[in-house]
Amino acid sequence: MLILECPYCGVKAEETELSPGYEAHLKRFGPGSSDTEFEDYMFARKNPKGVHFERWRHVYGCGKWFLAARCTATLEVFGTYPAQSAEPPADLQAKIKAKRPDWKGYK
Amino acid sequence: MKRYSVFAIAKEALNYHLGWEKAWASPAPKKEYDAIIVGAGGHGLATAYYLGKNHGITNVAIIEKGWLGGGNTGRNTTIIRSNYLQDSSAAIYEKARSLYETMSQDLNYNVMFSPRGLLMLAQTHHEIRGYQRTAHANALQGVATEWISPAKVKELVPIINIDGPRYPVLGALYQARGGTARHDAVAWGYARACSAMGMDIIQQCEVKGVKTENGVVKGVETSKGFIGTKKLGIVVAGHSGQLADMAGFRLPVEAVALQAMVSEPIKPCMDVVVMANTVHGYMSQSDKGEMVIGGGTDGFNNFTQRGSFHHIEETLRALIETFPMISRLKMLRQWGGIVDMTGDRSPLISKTPVGNCFINCGWGTGGFKAIPGSGWAMAELMAKGEPGALAEAFNMWRFKEGQFIDESVAAGVAH
Repeated sequence: MLILECPYCGVKAEETELSPGYEAHLKRFGPGSSDTEFEDYMFARKNPKGVHFERWRHVYGCGKWFLAARCTATLEVFGTYPAQSAEPPADLQAKIKAKRPDWKGYK
Repeated sequence: MKRYSVFAIAKEALNYHLGWEKAWASPAPKKEYDAIIVGAGGHGLATAYYLGKNHGITNVAIIEKGWLGGGNTGRNTTIIRSNYLQDSSAAIYEKARSLYETMSQDLNYNVMFSPRGLLMLAQTHHEIRGYQRTAHANALQGVATEWISPAKVKELVPIINIDGPRYPVLGALYQARGGTARHDAVAWGYARACSAMGMDIIQQCEVKGVKTENGVVKGVETSKGFIGTKKLGIVVAGHSGQLADMAGFRLPVEAVALQAMVSEPIKPCMDVVVMANTVHGYMSQSDKGEMVIGGGTDGFNNFTQRGSFHHIEETLRALIETFPMISRLKMLRQWGGIVDMTGDRSPLISKTPVGNCFINCGWGTGGFKAIPGSGWAMAELMAKGEPGALAEAFNMWRFKEGQFIDESVAAGVAH
């Protein structure tokens, strides 16, 4: 069972209390962008076997969106952080790098 | 290859059954092949089989990381149907269903295809409209389905509760020639036929890299060394994204876990397949008597072949409401598989940005039923280099063009 700690209310919530929102740190493309940019944004989502950054919503709790770093190959959770972050916090990135030396960074 | 027949059994019975040969060979890889297929699941083996049978290409290797048929081919709920709304879906799934009808004779291997009939229950007014529309579309596509009343549903499925408190059964879309087959036998039958044509099935051989020169495929790096090839077919379901990454392109695919389970075996009680999409569960009874139950996918990327526990509870809760008599059944086994989901929930059978490299993936939650049709279309694509009528609509560039094949119901469940 997947358990994520909500960075806002501090509750360790299991997944029935949460709603998944797929890839985090997406750059959004809309009117004015090229077809390729829009297709990449809309459909060619990251699908790594390993470290992945995702959006989650604490839907049956405080209701807020947050971001989580997780390993899709083992279901290990590295940490969660507020949705207002432009990129994963440096200490979280360092923690992931220590656990997964082969990891190439979040981009 | 010695043929299986009643005479072969009689002969072996007099010979202490010592004369049976291995169903397929396990050769060491050659230096080069005319075509390599990565993935010895149902779709990969079917592709190889029709490359040989329809196009005369038999210098083929099928490379498998684990053992053949050990991925989703061995993990599904074995349902076969072709009651799809869109023309291109109905065409390929109906091709597959019709090939299942003659598969046992064609492969000389009993795949136990059982066209026992399949019901998709309508439990909301939206579903009534949707399924009536599908029945009309199927009539135009030449797929035999019909809309039936609740009374007829009860006649076909005596154990069903048609006037449940929350979701009464309001009718169903009925495909009389839908049904089930023995999933492992489909992989084994194709493997035996491929091996008999002289193809090499190489198991326990993981692909580590794809070698290209000037944008054209030259071969694959594997755990058993480099193997050269003129053409490469990637047919690996859950790990399609990883293989595409090795070849140097991106796929519009995400991997999630889908679960299924079986109950303890009971006496025969249901001789059709029932899918209840509103409450999200589907059920059939195996020849051993187990109730075979499929449920929903998780909403997050996952490569672990196990899904979330709460889906089991949700699926069973829904089915108990529809089939009250199963409420005291114990569940015997539960498992998960990694399914590759595309944006429109329809598959890819496509050329790729890399020359002579072809992809067949994205079957999502409903790949087993498509195996022969998928292999037929993929073999045509690999042999000719261009897609035939069956595969054309399933190209990977449709997302850019917005030409979706929008089923969103690959398993007949509301995603």
